[in-house]
Amino acid sequence: MANDESIPRRDFLKGASLTGASVAAAATGLVACSPKAETAASQATPATQDTWLVLTPEEAEFFIAAADTIIPKDELSPSGSECGVPVFIDRQLASAWGGGDRMYRAGPFVKGTPEQGYQLSLTPHQYFVAGVIAANAWCEKTYGKTFDRLDQAKRNEALTAMEKGTAEFDGFESKPFFTALLTINMEGFFADPIYGGNRNKASWRMLGFPGLPAIYADKIDAYRGKRYPVTEPQSIADFS
Amino acid sequence: MVTKLKEVDVVVIGQGLTGVMMAKEMTMAGLTVVGLERGPDKRPEQENILPRIRDELRYNARKELMVDNAVDTVTFRNDSDQMALPIRRWGAFLPGEGVGGTTNHWGGLHWRFLPTDFRIRSEITQKYGASAIPADMTITDWPVTYDELEPYFDKFDKLCGVAGKAGNLRGQKIEGGNVFEGPRQNEYPTPALKTSAGAGMFRDAAKNVGFHPFTVPFSAPSQPYVNVYGVTLGKCEYCGFCGRTSCEANAKATPTTHVMPVLRGDPKYTLKTRAFVKQINYDKQAKKVTGVTYIDMKTGEEYEQPAGFVILSAFVMGNTHMMLYSGIGEPYDPKTGRGLVGKNYCYQFEANGTAFFEDKIMSPFMGSPGDRVAFDDFNGENFDHSGLGFFGGGYIVGGSGSAPPIGGRDVPEGTPSWGSEWKKQTVKWYYGAMDFNTQGSVYANRANYLDLDPTYKDSIGRPLLRMTYNGTENDHKMSRHLLSKLEMAVKAMNPTSYELRPRPKNFTTVPYQSTHNTGGTMMGTNPGNSVTNRYGQVWEASNLFITGASLFPQQHGYNPTGPLGAMAYWTADKIVKDYVKNPGPLVHT
Repeated sequence: MANDESIPRRDFLKGASLTGASVAAAATGLVACSPKAETAASQATPATQDTWLVLTPEEAEFFIAAADTIIPKDELSPSGSECGVPVFIDRQLASAWGGGDRMYRAGPFVKGTPEQGYQLSLTPHQYFVAGVIAANAWCEKTYGKTFDRLDQAKRNEALTAMEKGTAEFDGFESKPFFTALLTINMEGFFADPIYGGNRNKASWRMLGFPGLPAIYADKIDAYRGKRYPVTEPQSIADFS
Repeated sequence: MVTKLKEVDVVVIGQGLTGVMMAKEMTMAGLTVVGLERGPDKRPEQENILPRIRDELRYNARKELMVDNAVDTVTFRNDSDQMALPIRRWGAFLPGEGVGGTTNHWGGLHWRFLPTDFRIRSEITQKYGASAIPADMTITDWPVTYDELEPYFDKFDKLCGVAGKAGNLRGQKIEGGNVFEGPRQNEYPTPALKTSAGAGMFRDAAKNVGFHPFTVPFSAPSQPYVNVYGVTLGKCEYCGFCGRTSCEANAKATPTTHVMPVLRGDPKYTLKTRAFVKQINYDKQAKKVTGVTYIDMKTGEEYEQPAGFVILSAFVMGNTHMMLYSGIGEPYDPKTGRGLVGKNYCYQFEANGTAFFEDKIMSPFMGSPGDRVAFDDFNGENFDHSGLGFFGGGYIVGGSGSAPPIGGRDVPEGTPSWGSEWKKQTVKWYYGAMDFNTQGSVYANRANYLDLDPTYKDSIGRPLLRMTYNGTENDHKMSRHLLSKLEMAVKAMNPTSYELRPRPKNFTTVPYQSTHNTGGTMMGTNPGNSVTNRYGQVWEASNLFITGASLFPQQHGYNPTGPLGAMAYWTADKIVKDYVKNPGPLVHT
């Protein structure tokens, strides 16, 4: 159990508590060069506890652990959960998209070829619910613990096995599940913060993506081959 | 209970690009027009505005502007031995929904086909011998020539305010433009866009290895422009969000902003949105259509709308589906080769690559699909195919702009896809990646076709359209040839590393490749080889016209929108000048 003590996820849950200032502090590695941006960053970060629309406690813990493994905290950015990626996932799964909106859902449901694409009757929300149960069951069987309780090295190992498809989930395919998990994490990390992820525009700062308004007709000549200055990326909320 | 409405002169099915163009041209000729559109109306002043339009998740990842798959989709299989399964959410291609259709989100590359493309079968036969074309390659000459279409290409350029640089002005070759293009009577309406850093490097490299690079023609003005209907268009702002979103600058060509402002209030025009056309009503004996039956999705009521003539202007799949479901023309059968509706379905054989430069700064977010540089040395019959073992070709293009961060983060092959190392590499290469694309032709094959699916139904109970398609050996060879030429230019730039990605053996419905579907209601010279005559007039129903890429006998090495726009104007002109005065077959065989 000793390992559990060092699990970032636990710390995070306990201290939901993570205040705006401390999230910003985690990000200072990127913005340290710009004191002005750092100030703005601290002001922009919400200090509220994450709450869930549809995620069960087990799902929330799984997605937090997955986000922090896929997007670990380092000198380039805060961790996935610090950036709000699980909140993004929760809202997406609760959204019309998560409920299978704009999706052809008539049967018969037949297992097709890879070229024929997704052929299950499950909506994205239903798919992730089933996937988390299958992933945790496999982790329990393999490591004796659910995914969120594994230490960082074992989490990396488990995700790698899913990515390669060598993790043999019971009645569920691990490889497409990993692809869906990776995709939704990337969306949460890089989408506009209006959706609950990419808090404090952490990924945009990391990349040097300026965000809005994205009107460059008068800048394309001046910045051809030169670094465009991105001190404070702008998001939809900044223009609303 | 079907309510029969009062007859109008014209019903246009689908109010996408060509549907709105046709409605405009017909009302200008004094005809009463009802435009039926299954999707919603579009209100650019409400929808295409800052900040909401800069939303990569909503538009790019969740594909908000695309046809609702729950309403309609297609089934797919690679070959006719398989069971086709529905595309449950769009992947490889993205048909658009609502007024403006696919042009609300298109990438805006605006081309003309080559003069030789229009006579491709004769050209190949003449150059390489009568037996050169394999038996299963069902390519044909178009029933119309480049010279005949040129005035309509010109008019379509002026609808869109295309930005570009002529390479062939009335026969005079001009360096810096595309010297392979057919002769143009006029310069492009506005100057070519400014090129991104990567595109500039690609231009120099292509020149150094002996090719003829030019800035791609783009369907948005580079400076404010008043179009052919007197609508003032904005200029491209190089926003970098173009490919799946609408344009807040009213620059990227779509009838939503380029035509509707002067059509919407016309008393001769009635727009009905959320009107789901179920079928064209066809009198086989008389070889005429009587109108259409549609469902008003807002009330659930079913209506019959009689019309003097009908213009079918849905997306490629919709056009073919409507013909098959309405029982007009004989469905194509690949086993016997008989039948024409659904024949010569083609796609675009795209391949791509990326080069990485440690020492270069290329802002990936700043740019437009139109700020890239292409060369056309290996398109169509621009080069000798002797001994190559394939026919066809395509343009090759490169540049560095236009990549918002969910989708636009290139890292070299072999980089982990998550974790700290992934992050490090993502940041390292974010400003240093350049993307390439080869836009290959698809030369029709007898095994690739469209028909009605025997199992799956759409939301009003009609069979879905079934697509049977796979890449042919010819097209794979063509594509590898293009990649080998691309590689010469890439190497000349001395990148830190690069990778080229040939298409996998089997066509796959995921991931995105190209929305350039063509064929299914091909045009031709007689009822024995085509669904329509050279004016898009259906042989089996002389008061039914078709517009759009479903008319293409095969797909050439360019994006299809330029040619399909020109052809819509060619059809409109013939209807107004001749058909209206003397309704009946425009071509006698």
